[in-house]
Order: sequence, then C-alpha cells, then structure tokens
Amino acid sequence: MTEQHLQAGPLPSGMQLHDDGRLRHLLTIEGLPRELLVEIMDTAESFVSVQAKTVKKVPLLRGKTIVNLFFEPSTRTRTTFELAAKRLSADVLNINIATSATTKGESLLDTLRNIEAMFCDMFIVRHADSGAAHFIARHVAPHVSVLNAGDGSHAHPTQAMLDMFTIRRHKGDFTRLKVAIVGDVLHSRVARSQIHALNILNTAEVRVIAPRTLLPADVEKLGVHVFNDMDEGLHDVDVVIMLRLQKERMQSALLPSAHEYFQLYGLTNERLKAAREDAIVMHPGPANRGVEIASDVADGSRSVILEQVSNGIAIRMAIMSMVTGAAQ
Amino acid sequence: MKISIRNGHIIDPANDLDQVADLFIEDDKIVSIGTQPDGFSDDETIDASGHWILPGLVDLGARLREPGQEHKGSIASESRAAAASGITHIACLPDTDPVIDSPAEVDFVLQQAEEAGYCQISIIGALTLELEGRTLSEMAALRQAGCIGVGQFNIPCDYSVLRHSMEYAASQGLTVYLQPQDNSLLSNGCAHEGAIATRLGLPPIPEAAETASIGALLALIEQTGARSHLCRLSTARGVNMVRQARAEGLPVTADLSAHQAFLTEMDISDFNSLCHVLPPLRTERDRDGLRQGLFDGTLQVLCSDHQPHELDAKLAPFPSTEPGISGLETLLPLALRLSEEGVLSRSQAIARVTSGPAEVLGIDAGNLTIGTSADLCIFDPGHSWEFDTEAMLSAGTNSPFGGWSFNGQVLRTLLAGDTVYDIKL
Amino acid sequence: MTESVAELLNSMEQQCRQVIDAQGSAEPCIIGIHTGGVWVAEALRERLGLPGPIGTLDISFYRDDFSHIGLHPQVKPSEIPFDIEDRHILLIDDVLHTGRTIRAALNEIFDYGRPACITLAVLIDRGGRELPIAAQITGATLDLNADQEVQVQGPEPLSYRIVTKELPND
Repeated sequence: MTEQHLQAGPLPSGMQLHDDGRLRHLLTIEGLPRELLVEIMDTAESFVSVQAKTVKKVPLLRGKTIVNLFFEPSTRTRTTFELAAKRLSADVLNINIATSATTKGESLLDTLRNIEAMFCDMFIVRHADSGAAHFIARHVAPHVSVLNAGDGSHAHPTQAMLDMFTIRRHKGDFTRLKVAIVGDVLHSRVARSQIHALNILNTAEVRVIAPRTLLPADVEKLGVHVFNDMDEGLHDVDVVIMLRLQKERMQSALLPSAHEYFQLYGLTNERLKAAREDAIVMHPGPANRGVEIASDVADGSRSVILEQVSNGIAIRMAIMSMVTGAAQ
Repeated sequence: MKISIRNGHIIDPANDLDQVADLFIEDDKIVSIGTQPDGFSDDETIDASGHWILPGLVDLGARLREPGQEHKGSIASESRAAAASGITHIACLPDTDPVIDSPAEVDFVLQQAEEAGYCQISIIGALTLELEGRTLSEMAALRQAGCIGVGQFNIPCDYSVLRHSMEYAASQGLTVYLQPQDNSLLSNGCAHEGAIATRLGLPPIPEAAETASIGALLALIEQTGARSHLCRLSTARGVNMVRQARAEGLPVTADLSAHQAFLTEMDISDFNSLCHVLPPLRTERDRDGLRQGLFDGTLQVLCSDHQPHELDAKLAPFPSTEPGISGLETLLPLALRLSEEGVLSRSQAIARVTSGPAEVLGIDAGNLTIGTSADLCIFDPGHSWEFDTEAMLSAGTNSPFGGWSFNGQVLRTLLAGDTVYDIKL
Repeated sequence: MTESVAELLNSMEQQCRQVIDAQGSAEPCIIGIHTGGVWVAEALRERLGLPGPIGTLDISFYRDDFSHIGLHPQVKPSEIPFDIEDRHILLIDDVLHTGRTIRAALNEIFDYGRPACITLAVLIDRGGRELPIAAQITGATLDLNADQEVQVQGPEPLSYRIVTKELPND
C-alpha cells in the first residue's frame, strides 16, 4: 500500500469511464452522459429477448469470474445479479461478509486483495458505508470492474437504471413525464440514483413527497420539487415511485407511527386518483404493505412492480456485458 | 553558549516588533535585541540576512498519541515533527490511554517530552476521571504536577457534572477546555449537513450540533464564571455567538483548526477520507465567518488540531475512517497563507500561532521578550515549495495538503537556546 | 460501383425452391442475420411467397471476439416469433466470409430449440473461410483479396459494392 492511495482522487463520476467514454465501473449515475444511459437501456432491450429463449443464456462472459461481494445482507439484489451473471455464462462467486468480520481485524482492503488473487474480473459490491464502491474501485487491479449494488445512502445505480428502463418501456419519452418519488428519501440510495437518472434523461419534472424528517438537507439541489403533501405531490404525475419505509424510522423519532405515515403518505387507490389516469406505480421492493402502499395498489393493474424485477435481470446483464467488453 | 543572530527580520507581535535587528542569546535566554550587550562574544554567529526570526510557535491543540496509541505516533516522533515546523510549545490533550487524569500520567508525558527534547510540552489534564463525565478529577494534584488547564473537550458530560467541575477548576485557577459538540445531534454523522452530504448520502452533522452546545456552554460559563476556552469551532454562527459573549464580558476564548480556514465541504466530494474531520468541514460561508473571527480576534488561536493516524485508519470507505488531520507540519504554512490571501496581516497571522495561544494557556512563550527563554525559529520567506506527504516527519502522513504550494520554510528552530531543528542537518 | 442483386436473388430463389421441394415437408422458417441478412431474407420470403414474419438474429452476444472488441453499442434484439423445434430452417446472411458469424448464429439458434435441419443461404460467398462452414445456397461466389470488402446496402433497393479498405500504414 503506497501513500498515493491516500491522495484526493477523481470524483466518483469521473472514474467510471474509460478514456474512450465506455463504461469501466458503475458506481453512481451522477455525471454519466445521457447517451450512456440510453445505451444501457437499449442493450437491456436485447437481453429481454434472451429471457424468452429455451436456453436463457448467452456465452458472452464465458470464462469470466464475477464476485458478489456483499457486506450487507440482501438476498434479492444478490440473486438478480447472480442470475444476470449466470445468464451471461460467467462464473459467480458469492461472498457474504458480515460487517463484524471486517471489524475483527481483516480490513476491507485485505478482503479485497485476497479475492482479487483468485483472478476475478468483476466485483459486485454492497456495503453499508456511503462511498464503499468508490473506495473499492480506487483500489482494484486495472482489469477489474466494480459495480455498485448499493452503498450506504449514496447510490444504487443498477436499481435506478432498471427503474428507468421500466418507465421507458411504459412511457417512452422522458421529456414529457412528471415523476413523483414518495417516502424516505433521506436514507434512500435508490432515490438519489433515480433522481440523477431522471434528470440526466431530461424528465420534465421530478418530485419528492415526504415529511421534512425524511428529506435530506438541500434536497432541492439534486434537482427536484419538494412536496410535503401527498395529494398535491401526486397531482397529474405519470409515474409514482414508492420507497420502502424501514421500521427503525419510528424508533429514531423521525415519524410518530406507521399508522400515521400510512394515513399521510400511504399509496391507496383513492390517492392514486390524483395522478394521471394512465400513471404507473413502482416500488424497488420489498414493499411494506399497509405501511407505504396498500395491497390492492401493489397488486393492481397500474403496478409494474413485478416487471421491475424481471427488467432488473436484463439491465444487469446489459451493464455487466458493457463493462466487461470495454475492458482494455 | 552564546549565539548572535545577525540581520534577521524580527517579527514578534507580542512586543510589536517588525524590523531587521540582531538578536543575542546567552545560554537559554534572549539577552538583547538590537544592541550587542557589553562584553558579549558569541560562540556562534548566525547570518539571518533575508530571513525572519519568529517566536517559537505555540500549538494549543495536538494529540501526540502517547501513551496508548503508539501505532499512530509518539511524543518523540511528533515533537520532532513540531520542531521542524517551528513549533516549540505544544499543549497536548488528555484523551490518551490511559487518560491523563492523575499526576502519574502527567509525569510520564513530561518525562518523555524531556527525553525527546524537541519541544516544551504543556498538558491539559482531564476535567473528569477517565474523561467519563461522572467524577471530578483531582485538579489540584494535576495542577501541581504541571497541568496548565483541564478539559473535557468533546467527550460527553452532563451539564450538572460539567457545571460543578467548571466551578471547581475555577477555584483551582485552571482554565477549562471544551469543544462544543452536542453528541445527540452529532449522532453517527461524518459530514456537514448540506448539499454535499445529501448528494453523497453521508450521515449528516447539523450546524446545531455545534451551536446548541455553544449556547449551553456559554450559559454555564456565565453561571460559573469559569475561565473557559472553546476548541475547534467550525460554524460562522458559532463564531458570532462567541463574539457576542466576549463583548458581554464572559471569560471565554476560542480557537480554530488551521484546516478549517481553508477547506470546505466541497473537499469531500470525492469521498476523500483525508478530509474526514470532526467537527466536519462546513460551507464556504462558514469558512468566511471563521476567517472573520480570526481577523477580529474572536478566535485568538489558530491550532494544528494535530491527529496523526496510521495508514489503515484512513484506508476505508469514508464513514468508517477515523477523523483527523496530521496538522503540525502545515500549521505555520497555513497561518502565513492567511496573510498572503489578505485575510490577516502578517503580524496577526503570527500572533494567532504564538502569543495568542500562549496567552490562553497562561504560559510565558510565543514572544521574543528580552529575558525570556530563547525559543524561536529562523524562517526563509523566499523559498517556495510543494508540500509532500511522503516527506512528512510525523508518524501520521494523513494530510490533505499534499501538493499544495507554500512560501517560506523553517531553517532552524531553537528551544531554550538549543538547536532542536536545523534544515542543514 | 454499385451492383444490382436482382440476378443473385433470382438464382437464390431457384435454389431455395429446389431445396424446399427436395425436403418435401412443411414450409421452412426463415431466419435472417442482422442487418444485411434480414434484408436478403425479407426479399426471398416475398419471392417464395412464404408467410411472415421472419425471424431475426443479432449474434452480438455470441461473437467470439467480444473480449477483444466489446459489445457493439447498437445491439438489436433477436426475435424468433415461432417455435423452431423440429422445423426446417432457412438461415440467411448477406455475405459469407470467415464463417464465424454463422458459427455464432448456429449456437444462438440452438438456444431456442432443436431444429430438424438448417440450410444456409447467402447472397455472396467471398471466400476466406476460417471455419469449416459452407453455404448450400449462394447468389454469387467472388474471389476477393483480404483488403477488399463487400458492402451490402438496403433494404430498398438492395445492392452491393466492393470497396478496398485503407489498411493502416504500420
């Protein structure tokens, strides 16, 4: 380890691209060019057709080794990355590292070096610390790509891209859309990445709807309109994105009760009437029914929640093949 | 041993000196400035033409990491780095392991410092036993052992215990050192609550974590009348509160970490763990307010807030890194840069790192008064150089100032007439 | 100089009919390889009077040079809108050169199921094979140098021309 690793580095958004503009890592949506987001979605469109085949697999990443490096438990996200990697014919290694194990002496970098020595080509990283994926990307060998599968409250770019992909498949042009993101933006890496993606894609209006306690300071500077009132915020929107509310928010005195939250910000069919008639309802999952969303909305005709899940595989296949193919 | 330093430009804000003159040292004391004493024949003549003669710097806040954290630094390694940076006096904090809360630890530190021989070390002892905020430390014993003050810094302590310990310290004639930080508002935060922390998803620290605490501490200072020093301010609003309290006659002083006068929240945009500090780097508006406080004397001290770390402490994702900057070696360069940038006059800049802190600490240092200890540094203002973290002398190379260009370099440092640093050696 | 392909297509149509007759079974399914192969396939389907739609393949995900050149940025979805199990497939491309594209296409087809047989039809066989692959149906056979390239333009009108590539100086 040399001290050069301690110097100020490029911004997370700057180190994601090769000199020729192709994707090297995916750490955050922030700062990516619009053409690249479109390319990810176009490529994903082709991978959707792969899922219709008898053999749901292409030989693109044959011989490559992809490591799911999860410092934070998440069965769902890990499974979709694993499935995406396997459908690209890559070998997949799942490593779950309880945070306690790293505090017991082995540093994150030690862990990284050990796994790197197994000749891996890609790390899929989830970590409770904001900036973890960026940190790892700064320290991996030059041939290794890093995909951020969620770091603290910072970013979850593949989730945001699958959401954009789902919106595009339903609504087409972003420039005419009003999109509302409802709920715990403060703790949500998904919301931050969605906001960046929607703005890069020139969405007409991006709104966040939540009580002040669930909004981070200066959230408007991310490029959103803030609503504290649900009915006002939902008025005339084309897309409603509900965020998951963690139970801990009540304990940390950010909200009085799940009951009152549902009264004010829970998505019901009645509330949804404020939105456009053809508005779609999204949720990164897993949904807390009766807390942020009513069951009949989650299962209703305007819900695209299950599509999000299957689109998630195509998007991750697209991103994995784009970073691998661009390796230099 | 008699030394004459010839033709140096003597800058001593405490004595309002800013002129070229000869300076004469006999044994450990300055015996004359200007005219050579009768019968003075020197053993060494130093030609200081074109150079500045500054009082040895006084650093009001440095962690030397000994005892207990020798993997981060030692009294010997850190005081050597200090001497090379023109610092001849260091006030060190009690948050070592064990905590400096009894004469035994005081003796240990003073003895290590004397053995190292690079710097005069002053100790701020613990205000409460183990710094746990429950029982008063034996402050009279600490004072007799050599502590020049007592402090709780930013370690939690309820107001009732704080109030009584402040009263007790006052009755022992000890200044109380407190760092305003409301730990419930701090929560697990690691970055200023604002646009940058929001974008990076970092757990935020609101401005009120500092200002709410300043409000409470000022009330306690008023209640107890205890002479108190507020450490490491980070907000413009906090400076305003202290300014007003001082205007009302409260016995309170305050200081600023040198890095706070230059860095802002923008500097963590790339998750640079070297800029992970506590209190956090705040907005540009705050930085300007802090600079104003330095200018008008509300902040009469600029300190290093030196916190050397081993490499691993900073090699992790930002929130998991340890806060702090290895700051001894940039204290004087940053102070002088404030005058280059027109924030302070040259004399003010030097006062904030010499006579200012000496006055707070209540020690006779940071000046070139005739008859006092010959603690000074000879400085070449013409030499421009780039700060290189790999060339740092501190055991901790965790400085975000690598690559910064600075003007002027310490050539030689004298402590009580002895050369403790010489660039040529 | 741009060459018309009418005669080539005539010849292909004739050969296709022979193959279909010889097989004597149900109608073949037509699959074209993106992009030029799809144009040729569509033109042949019309001539043969077969019902649409045809299948299309983008073999980007099956290329053997992926790790050298990466993913083509404008990869299109493959669409086989019919069941290929036990069917006779007419696989159509514009130019047959190294044979690697056909190898990739064959692999991809088998990920959709197990066809009864596959007949390869190409507009132009320009030689230069690197794999043991041959077309049963060929519009024209040309003998070209390595620095020459056949460029097919379409879809309407369908034409081709032979260009000489500028080889790098080094």
